[in-house]
Amino acid sequence: MSTSLTDTHAAAGHHHPSLQHQFDSLEQQKESSTLGMWLFLVTEIMFFGGLFLAYVIYRSRYPSAFMAASHTLDWKLGAANTAVLILSSLTMALAIWAAQVNKPKLIGVFLLVTMALGLTFLGVKTIEYKDKFTHHHVPGPNFQWHERSDPNDPDFADHTEIFFSLYFIMTGLHAIHMICGIGVLGALVVLSRKGRYGPEYHNPLECTGLYWHFVDIVWIFLFPLLYLLGAHAK
Amino acid sequence: MAEHNGHNGHHVTSVGLYVGVFVALMVLTAATVIVANFDLGWANDVVALTIAVTKALLVLIFFMHLRHSTRLTVLTAMAGFFWLAILLVLTLNDYFTRGSVSILGK
Repeated sequence: MSTSLTDTHAAAGHHHPSLQHQFDSLEQQKESSTLGMWLFLVTEIMFFGGLFLAYVIYRSRYPSAFMAASHTLDWKLGAANTAVLILSSLTMALAIWAAQVNKPKLIGVFLLVTMALGLTFLGVKTIEYKDKFTHHHVPGPNFQWHERSDPNDPDFADHTEIFFSLYFIMTGLHAIHMICGIGVLGALVVLSRKGRYGPEYHNPLECTGLYWHFVDIVWIFLFPLLYLLGAHAK
Repeated sequence: MAEHNGHNGHHVTSVGLYVGVFVALMVLTAATVIVANFDLGWANDVVALTIAVTKALLVLIFFMHLRHSTRLTVLTAMAGFFWLAILLVLTLNDYFTRGSVSILGK
């Protein structure tokens, strides 16, 4: 849809129901919310960044323990979840596309599919966590390590426990982000059904999309670092 | 480019392009899984991180619409990764060089 400057001013003059009074135009409002969302994501980059840094430092200290501990993770489940999350990013992007091309019903459909894929991811994660509990691979007083060890590293079990601590903190924090995202998506489904979003206004979809894709990017790094590290270990 | 038709910010990415990006992400995922099943030593990490960075860039540029974002938004995003680089490089510079300089009395 092509709009001239006069159209934009006319839209502002009409007081588009979604235009807040502190903004001159829908365009300015969209730019403000996008920038604000990105500033939040910058803090998120630093938040997860600290954990990735801890991973690099400990892995460089105890490479064989990290390799052996990573080997106990099922990379097939990790890969399946990666596919699920990437597909959910596609459906999230398509929800925004549906708003842009003014297909209101499709917005809700794509958002629901995105939620379902997010829940699928969390379901697989639950299976994996349960497996860690049954094998006593959860850090804490009940932690046990009976797998491969290294004669050069007398504290091998302790060092595998560090890997599992990072595994649970990083994937747990990631999962909490997914749960928050699914909650927000649920609210957007309701609002989209009320016809709030269309070609002119869909900032909440755009910002939620930015968040959802960011969480996807975090997983794109977690998957090789946690799961694939030990995929070729004996 | 955003200056010319940015009044309503209507850059609609086609479904075909989104699906193309999705397919590229899936192919890269398959590639990283296949490579990880061979023991290449340090090259495993190089391949895994190169693929992960490529995937992240695809998501950032296409799914997160950075290619149609204003310069201020792109700068903000880049600043985030720049600060992450400071965090990683300066801290690792410390950890990885400890013991490489002998300190008197230690």
